[in-house]
Amino acid sequence: MTNETPAGDGAEEILAVNDITVTYRRPGRSLLTAVDGVSLSLRRSEVLGLVGESGCGKSTTARAVCGLEPLTSGSVLFNGEPVSPLSMKRRPKHLLGIQMVFQNPYASLNPRRRIGSQIEDGLGLNRQRDAWNVNELLEKVGLHPSDRDKYPHQFSGGQRQRIAIARAIGTGPDLLIGDEPIASLDASLQQRVAALMRDLAIQAGSGLLFISHDLAIVRTIADRVAVMNRGIIEEEGPVDTVWRHPTSAYARRLLAAIPVADGLGKLPGLPTRRQN
Amino acid sequence: MAGINASAAPATVSPGLSIRGLRLEIRNGKSIKTILKGIDVEVPAGRITGLAGESGSGKTMTAMAVCGLLPDGSVTSGDAIFEGQNLLDLSPRRMNALRGRKISMIFQDPTASLHPMISIGGQLTDHMRHHMKYGKAEAHHRAVELLTMVEVPRPEEALRKFPHQFSGGQLQRIAIAIALACNPSVLLADEPTTALDVTVQAGVLRLLRRLCDDLGIAILLVTHDLGVMSALADTIAVMRNGEVVETGNRFQVITSPKHPYTKALIDALPTHEAIMVDDDDE
Repeated sequence: MTNETPAGDGAEEILAVNDITVTYRRPGRSLLTAVDGVSLSLRRSEVLGLVGESGCGKSTTARAVCGLEPLTSGSVLFNGEPVSPLSMKRRPKHLLGIQMVFQNPYASLNPRRRIGSQIEDGLGLNRQRDAWNVNELLEKVGLHPSDRDKYPHQFSGGQRQRIAIARAIGTGPDLLIGDEPIASLDASLQQRVAALMRDLAIQAGSGLLFISHDLAIVRTIADRVAVMNRGIIEEEGPVDTVWRHPTSAYARRLLAAIPVADGLGKLPGLPTRRQN
Repeated sequence: MAGINASAAPATVSPGLSIRGLRLEIRNGKSIKTILKGIDVEVPAGRITGLAGESGSGKTMTAMAVCGLLPDGSVTSGDAIFEGQNLLDLSPRRMNALRGRKISMIFQDPTASLHPMISIGGQLTDHMRHHMKYGKAEAHHRAVELLTMVEVPRPEEALRKFPHQFSGGQLQRIAIAIALACNPSVLLADEPTTALDVTVQAGVLRLLRRLCDDLGIAILLVTHDLGVMSALADTIAVMRNGEVVETGNRFQVITSPKHPYTKALIDALPTHEAIMVDDDDE
C-alpha cells in the first residue's frame, strides 16, 4: 500500500467492482434493481467519470463501492481486499483509504466546529504524517490560511465544497469518490471545482471516481468514462473515444442532447428520438 | 399558434422590457459594493435575449433587479422600462401586482422554488385566483390546460400530487407552467435547465422556444452555458464584473466575438464535434 507507482498504464489497480447488483425493496411493491451487474475498475492517478440520467443507479453504485449500500450479489475489491458493509463497529483501517465527497457541502461539514479542526481530523488518518498541513491544504483549494478559524456558515457553497475536498484529500486517500460533488454549486463554479478535484487527486496519486449528470464537465476532467442507464453500464472507454464514436444507441442519444455552441440556434436532439 | 391555446385573450400589446443604465449598489453598514455598473439590455417581445457570463458577473442580479427581488441594502438607479413605467421606481404594492402576473420568473432549482408541502394544484392556482380573480373551477380548468401545454403527463392527477412525487425535469415544467399561468409578457429565466439532465434539458429548451414563438413572450435567459445560449438565445449580451462587454446576435457573438473576454469564454469550451448523429434525420 505504500507503493508510489507513478501515473500511467502500468499503475496498480486500486478498485475492482465485479458484477455487482443492488436491489431495493419498495414498500408494498415489487423489488427494484437499482444496479444490475455493474463492473468497473480504477487505477491510481486515474479519473473515471460515471455519467447517466437521474435515477440510472450511479449514486447507488458509488454508495455500494464504499460499503454504504449492501450488495445483493457481486463483489467490490479495494486494493485487493473486499469492502465490508459499513456498520456501527470501527471501520477497518484499510477501508479508510476510500473517501467520499458528497453532493451537499451544507450537510457534510459540522456547523459547530471550525473548519481548521475538521480538516485536521482528516489529516489524522493520513499514513504519511507530514504529507500535508492545514494551511497548505487551504491554499491548495484556493482559500486563505487565516480561514482555518472560521465556521462553515461563513463560507459560500462553493467554498464549503472546497473545504470538504480539502478534508478528503488530507487523509491521503487511495480512492476518492465524488457523488455529484458539483451539482449543488452555482453553475459557473462547477467547472472550477471539478478541475480542482482532478488536480488534487492526481497529485496525491489517488484514483478518482467522479459521478455527475453533467456530461460537459465530465468530458473535461475524466480519463475514462462509463455511461450508465437503468442500472447497467451501456458503454465504457476513454473519454475521447466515447465522445467521438459512441457505439451504444443510448450514449449516442445522450450525447446528441448536449447543445453545441455553434451559434446556429440548433435545438439539441429529443430524448425519444431514435437513432438509425 | 399551432398546438398552443392561450385561453384568455392573448395580451393585446405584447411589450418588451428595456433596461437602460441599470446600476446597483449593495450597502452594508459602511461598506458599499457596486454590483452593476450601468447595464443596457433590450428584451423585445417574441425574442429570447441571453445574458451570459461567469459567476459573480451580475447576470442574476440584473434579472432580480427587474423583478424587484433584491437583498436588503440595495440601491438601484437607471431604468427598466416595461409598459411605459420604470420598474425600479414602483412601490412594493404595485410591483407585487406585476410580479407573477405580467413579469414572471423561473429559477435554477425547481425543488427549491416549489413549496414542498403544498400540492401542485394549490401552487398552480393560488396566484391565478389572486391576480386574475378566477373562481375555483376556472382556475382548475386553466391549471389542467397549462400542465397539458408544458407536457406534464396526466394533468388531473398531477394537480393532486406534491413536488416530491415528481422528477426534476417534470418539476421544472411545472415551475414553467406556474410562471405562464397569468399570461405574462416578460419571462425571466435564471439558469432554467442547469439542474436538469441533458435529455430533459433538450425538452425544456424546445418548450421555451415554442412558448416564445407562439405566445410572443419576451424571455430574458440567464445562463453560463454557451451551448444552451447558442441553442436558444436570439440576441446575446455578455457580462463581466457588472458590465455588458458585448451585445450582438447569436451567430455573431459565438462565431466571431469582438471583445477579448467573449473570445476567451468561447475558446475555453471543449471542442464538441461529436454531434454527427443529429444532422440528417429530422
